[in-house]
Amino acid sequence: MRPFTYERPTSLGEALRILDAHGSASVLAGGTDLIIRLRDGTVRPEVVVDLKAIEERDDGLHERDGRLVIGGWAVMTDIAADARVRRDFTALAEAAQVVGSAQIRNRATLAGNICNASPAADTAPALLVYGAEVVAIGSGGTRRIPIDDFFIGPGRTALGAGEIVTAIELPLPASRRGGVHLRRTRRRGHDLASVTLACAVMDDGHARLAYGSVGPRPLLVTDDSGVLADATASAQARDLLLDRLLEAASPSPRSMRASPAYRLAMLRVLALRAADIAARRVAGGAAA
Amino acid sequence: MTATIPIHCTVNGRPRELAVAAHHTLLEALRDDLGLTGTKECCLVGECGACTVILNGRIVDSCLVLAAEADGGTVLTVEGLAVDGRLSPLQQAFLDTGAAQCGFCIPGQLLAAHALLALTPHPDRAEVEEGLAGNLCRCAGYEQIIEAVLRAAETPAGDTHAAEPPTARQAASDPAATPDASVAPQ
Repeated sequence: MRPFTYERPTSLGEALRILDAHGSASVLAGGTDLIIRLRDGTVRPEVVVDLKAIEERDDGLHERDGRLVIGGWAVMTDIAADARVRRDFTALAEAAQVVGSAQIRNRATLAGNICNASPAADTAPALLVYGAEVVAIGSGGTRRIPIDDFFIGPGRTALGAGEIVTAIELPLPASRRGGVHLRRTRRRGHDLASVTLACAVMDDGHARLAYGSVGPRPLLVTDDSGVLADATASAQARDLLLDRLLEAASPSPRSMRASPAYRLAMLRVLALRAADIAARRVAGGAAA
Repeated sequence: MTATIPIHCTVNGRPRELAVAAHHTLLEALRDDLGLTGTKECCLVGECGACTVILNGRIVDSCLVLAAEADGGTVLTVEGLAVDGRLSPLQQAFLDTGAAQCGFCIPGQLLAAHALLALTPHPDRAEVEEGLAGNLCRCAGYEQIIEAVLRAAETPAGDTHAAEPPTARQAASDPAATPDASVAPQ
């Protein structure tokens, strides 16, 4: 690993001052992506700013003003195990549970997963279907960014230079909802997704579907017709609907994990399967 | 840029003071500064789990943690599993089932299993598979490894051991009995 200076600020203000003072600084939370990049040289900062000693750090999950607030320092292990996430945001709990291995989930933060902005990020589709907002602080103050505006492209987000994500907020469901996360990997166990997908179905049949690893950024689509979540609808009607919902998928032909044809085929299969599972869950009384 | 960072941490029950380079990992500090070479370096991207240690009660890939991040922390490595020169029930179960073939992945497997049993004293097979999913065995000795973990969970002694959180176990262990006691304090 190339040498760098290590800073461990104890307040947000100090962290922001350090980030503003250095053109080339990397923010360190869980480190499960950053340290790989520091080692292979794809990131070459002068300074690494470790955020874990900041007094205002929030690594918990709280309900506040009709929202579930997931602290910017919360790790996947704790998010996947949280009873409120499992009940009200099932797709997020299921996604957090398949990120990496137990070793990775013990370190990796949800904030880091979205800031890393991998097109294959497993938590991204769930955050999209649940309408998450990202809370970011910079020297100019705090702002809230809808998750659908947050992802720009591979490794690119709406965050400005020197901004830090302090929380991810999810509106609590107003009515019954079923949610699920599904993905396709090359092997069982610990692997990156060839397709990663989340679906949420409301009790009135409206469905929100989000999918990743099939284009430069994860995508959100909605179905207000009720056909996606209706297992009794004709196969032709659902096929036509899926043509529209999945038309923006554009898998990279250069990825080694799977061919574009395979990803598009699996995306269709997983979308229907997820819609059916989510519809059964809402019918079964789940609140997620 | 090459200035070292003073850190204090507890490794296998023993307080250690180290001066680490900012760009060195916990894995490097354990192996190169403390001589605890039971923790293995392998893939360096968090896929194989050979470098697994328990940091503050949770398993981590020590190749993905900077040494400076362990400041103030508590670390358990494979050298800290045996107590008073006696193998832990989990280690004994690995021996009894022939779980170790070449042995390279075994320290990481042991620590992942140790942490799993601390949280889930009576795991089913699926829970063992998930708990060890971050630890690859290139000899493909998975059947024996899983059997060893399930067997350790069955033994009453295994229960007692596993039920104790790692930090309590480290505090209880006699530092003089651990191999790293032969390494001079840094």
